[in-house]
Amino acid sequence: MNSIIFTHTFRFIILVLLQVLVLNYINFLGYINPYLYILFILLYPLKNNRVVFILLSFFLGLTIDMFSDSGGVHAAAAVSIAFIRPFVLKFSFGAVYDHQTMKFSNVEFGSKLTYFTIMILIHHFILFSLEIFNLFKIILILQNTLFSSIFTIILCVLATIIFSRRT
Amino acid sequence: MQQIINFIIRNKSFLLYLLLFSIALVFTIQSHSYHKSRFINSANFLSGGIYKSVNDINEYVNLKTQNLILQEENSELRSLMFSQSDTINHTFIDSTYSGISYKFTPAVVLKNSYSLNNNILLINKGSKDSIQQDFGVISSKGLVGIIDNTSNKYATVISILNTNSRISAKLKKSNHFGSLVWNAKSPRFIQLTEIPKIASIQKGDTIVTSGRSTIFPKNIPIGTIESFQLDTAKNYYTIHVQLFNDMTSIEHVYVIENKDAEELNTLINSTNE
Repeated sequence: MNSIIFTHTFRFIILVLLQVLVLNYINFLGYINPYLYILFILLYPLKNNRVVFILLSFFLGLTIDMFSDSGGVHAAAAVSIAFIRPFVLKFSFGAVYDHQTMKFSNVEFGSKLTYFTIMILIHHFILFSLEIFNLFKIILILQNTLFSSIFTIILCVLATIIFSRRT
Repeated sequence: MQQIINFIIRNKSFLLYLLLFSIALVFTIQSHSYHKSRFINSANFLSGGIYKSVNDINEYVNLKTQNLILQEENSELRSLMFSQSDTINHTFIDSTYSGISYKFTPAVVLKNSYSLNNNILLINKGSKDSIQQDFGVISSKGLVGIIDNTSNKYATVISILNTNSRISAKLKKSNHFGSLVWNAKSPRFIQLTEIPKIASIQKGDTIVTSGRSTIFPKNIPIGTIESFQLDTAKNYYTIHVQLFNDMTSIEHVYVIENKDAEELNTLINSTNE
């Protein structure tokens, strides 16, 4: 149990530092940045106290906001995907999730990709809607959401493959 | 009563989510309104300290280019100094800065951003160095932004590349003034609006600060006119200005304190009432 807490604290800190010191400065094609820090929310243990999980996600978002001076956009997006995570899990993994025996290291790649894609798209859509905060710029919001999502999904999948513990 | 408590317990995660989401929303709305003092900003010891230690390393990478920029500025100042000793008093620049006393504080940019809609910079001077909200920030090439929040050692700067910022500027040639806004498209261009149709403008004309607010002195260079068009009502020009400053790589900046700002502001406010 202690090692799980240690792993996730470590992951929290590493992801925040990586996000604010490296990934926020990529600016691919001028404005496309990946938001890898939500990997913490994506890979949080499935058996959890929901209240603690939502609070943790909020603080994760708020920390990113503090570093990037963006008000509360990351906090809002992070807390939203933390709240809807059980529904998305049920949708993408189906029966496997219901039996409560699932582990992220041994699920099918296809359903994992579905899960990542849905979560990341929702997160990025909320993020950019709040950041741009103008309904007349909906095209810009969707465009940013799409491009950044592709970038984030690729990075998330790569990160899970590289750091998987399968020997 | 029992039912209410039961309801809260049953829906506790949903209620918590609503609460946290609305807190985040309040922070967001605050960040979209100009100069509301924010709780969440990077001018605190944690993020400021981390950015500072990383910047200490990054500085070495840009050392060469930053040295060149400083050298350029030095030679400019030197030429100014020698030309001044010839004509003793009242050169053009001298007369613009006279009357109001400005204090310049050098600072280093710790965090720069230019790809968002509302870009904010972090500098390494704070209230300890008597930096306050609404001080202007310039670099050797031109305008950078306005101080927003300050902590003891750090301060955040609302960049001119921020959709909330509005800075008064004028045509150097004819003194027609308007306000600078940013359309969030490119970090190299900024828009000057509300220039009346009667003004004669040409591509390549210089835009400078107007000195109408107490934040910036007059005649700080901003950029040159890239293109211009009349707005839909055909009364005002919207001008695309190419910035002198490369906002994607600024390192050394100066914070301007207008020592007479308080006096001027009270005077203006009392006249308005």
